[in-house]
Amino acid sequence: MRIIKDKKIIDDDWSLVRDIDSSAPLPDGNVILPFMYWQENRDALLKQNATHAVWIDGDIETEKLVSYLEYYALIALDFPVFKDGRSYTHARLLRERYGFKGDLRAIGEVLRDQLFFLQRCGIDSYQLREDKDAEDALKGFEDFTVCYQAAADDVVPVYKSRR
Amino acid sequence: MYKYDNYDQTIVDERVAQFRDQTARFLAGQLSEEEFRPLRLMNGLYIQRYAPMLRVAIPYGLLSSQQLRMLAHISRKYDKHYAHFSTRQNVQFNWPALETVPDILADLARVEMHAIQTSGNDIRNTTSDQFAGIAVDELEDPRPYCEIIRQWSTFHPEFSFLPRKFKIAVTGAVHDRAAVKVHDIGLFLVKNDAGEIGFNVVVGGGLGRTPFIGPSIRPFLEKQHLLSYLEAILRVYNRFGRRDNIYRARIKILVNDLGKEEFTRQVEAEWNHIKDSVLKLDQQEIERMKSFFTAPDYDQNAAEDNSFEAAEKSNKAFATWVKRNLFVHKIAGYKAVIISLKAPGIAPGDATDEQMDHIADLADHYSYGEIVVTHDQNLVLPNVKQADLFDLWQKLSAKHLATANIGLLTDMICCPGLDFCSLANAGSIPIANQINEKFDDIDYLHDIGDIKIKMSGCMNACGHHHVGHIGILGVSKKGEEFYQLTLGGSSENDACLGERLGPAVAKKEVANVIARLLDVYVEQRQEEERFLDTFRRIGIKPFKDRVYPKQPVKEEACANH
Repeated sequence: MRIIKDKKIIDDDWSLVRDIDSSAPLPDGNVILPFMYWQENRDALLKQNATHAVWIDGDIETEKLVSYLEYYALIALDFPVFKDGRSYTHARLLRERYGFKGDLRAIGEVLRDQLFFLQRCGIDSYQLREDKDAEDALKGFEDFTVCYQAAADDVVPVYKSRR
Repeated sequence: MYKYDNYDQTIVDERVAQFRDQTARFLAGQLSEEEFRPLRLMNGLYIQRYAPMLRVAIPYGLLSSQQLRMLAHISRKYDKHYAHFSTRQNVQFNWPALETVPDILADLARVEMHAIQTSGNDIRNTTSDQFAGIAVDELEDPRPYCEIIRQWSTFHPEFSFLPRKFKIAVTGAVHDRAAVKVHDIGLFLVKNDAGEIGFNVVVGGGLGRTPFIGPSIRPFLEKQHLLSYLEAILRVYNRFGRRDNIYRARIKILVNDLGKEEFTRQVEAEWNHIKDSVLKLDQQEIERMKSFFTAPDYDQNAAEDNSFEAAEKSNKAFATWVKRNLFVHKIAGYKAVIISLKAPGIAPGDATDEQMDHIADLADHYSYGEIVVTHDQNLVLPNVKQADLFDLWQKLSAKHLATANIGLLTDMICCPGLDFCSLANAGSIPIANQINEKFDDIDYLHDIGDIKIKMSGCMNACGHHHVGHIGILGVSKKGEEFYQLTLGGSSENDACLGERLGPAVAKKEVANVIARLLDVYVEQRQEEERFLDTFRRIGIKPFKDRVYPKQPVKEEACANH
């Protein structure tokens, strides 16, 4: 899977499992599982796999993940539509409040013109909507060179630089 | 006023480049209509009934003469030689071509202006008291805090895709002239028992389909916590505000659904995490912002002038204008002058390019080069010496800018309505014209005195009809325009929502119905009572009976049993 990570286009071996099909086995290799499924099958999964990743949408509060953060190499935040902005808050909470150090990935309707804001909230990898050109999307990171307020990416608001 | 430094200028310049690229990608078919929509909305660009409409931000309503000249230039070069000042102290251009919008934004950036977040589900332009800095009843100038909020909210990465739009108003005066309690967040500068100045924080007011007067969730917030508290409120809203129904998505619905206590608890809990973070303002930054809003070099002898009084005595038309269009200034010998954009036959809030250039010149000559847009769609020259008033009045008269109707019946608030807006159900401007034609007797208007008529062409309530002394809401019934009237609303300190008069009336009847309402007022008023005071004393029934005389009063029969 081609994704953007740290502002570069790379091949990535995580596969996203959107829905669990109980009649079929999970794919081999690194999988990003729905958080609710992971939570329900935690004991078995912890025995079975070395690395773990889950995805959540805006309905799942980040507080629910807090006690498991040490297990996760990656948390994916879903944007079912790009104008659903809840995951921006989730990203900041995971990074700034709960100190998540792994990969935070935006999935779903991820488009060039949201990338600048997403990176500021602490997201570092992006699985773009399928039809979108990753080369073109990279330009989205360059939209602004100055930001007024602090966020997950930068702890100094601009006014402190004015002195 | 605030002056951009390199940081501010870089941000608006980069915004122009970004939007130029987005527009080019849309026109080339690389961005779908649906993808482009929120991007253009975050730049104030609507696709309207006949053409795009571009809304330009005027932070807290304050303009320099140079900026006003630029608005005139834009209306001339890209539009039809006029602009429309809105109830949110912004300005709108009704006829720009989509392709030219990046050029318009580039022109605006040259005078430290932009259209950032004038639409879309984000934090909009912060509004304030039109008499900020000069009002006698002001505890402290609110504008430094408005500018602090403007910078914090501009391209806020977490809050650019909120459930719905978000509006903040700030006032530093005792008398609320900024409709603060009908905003998503309203901030009143207040003094606590220890004599310190901070903010009373009101959340969840709003108009639209489900109007609410906002409750206070923190009677006193120290200034240093302004941004962390706003961030806490916005974060709770971004997480828990409804996204399933556009009509239930404003923060007022969340506050109402959770209840004030629970909502407050959640905000305070969030705030406790972040109050001592980098969001905490230091005094140095507050002082720096204040330094942009210092008083001009007033003439200390301004009050010694005698010519003003003499002119008032000798010229009746001037005296009438003086009576309505001036506002008391904190410095003796100075007045704030309200320029009416409500001349008969003109859509309320509209100004031509020629008028804008003229006002810019007058501002340079008489008022230190500053102009303020009011939330009732007029313009203010805030610092005029009384000795200059007669000259100024004559020069305003020459361009039809001296209509002596501030606060009167014809000083209506009005949205663009069906004539321009694609959301509207009914026209607003034709009703404004009808009212102007019916009530053309200036003596009668002055006799009726203070009254606020507010008109919206649909439920979205851009014309704030809920809080009009007389509110008029356009509705569509089987494709025909009807108008629903409410009485007794107010957006000031005594904020309340109007009461429904009865069934909607036909378009041609609106002015006649208003005439009947005014008859009741004239018959019943006592001493110096305004229309609103009389209404509050006698209730809606006498008005109802006069407008709908033949209907059996069913509701009353029920109430009596």
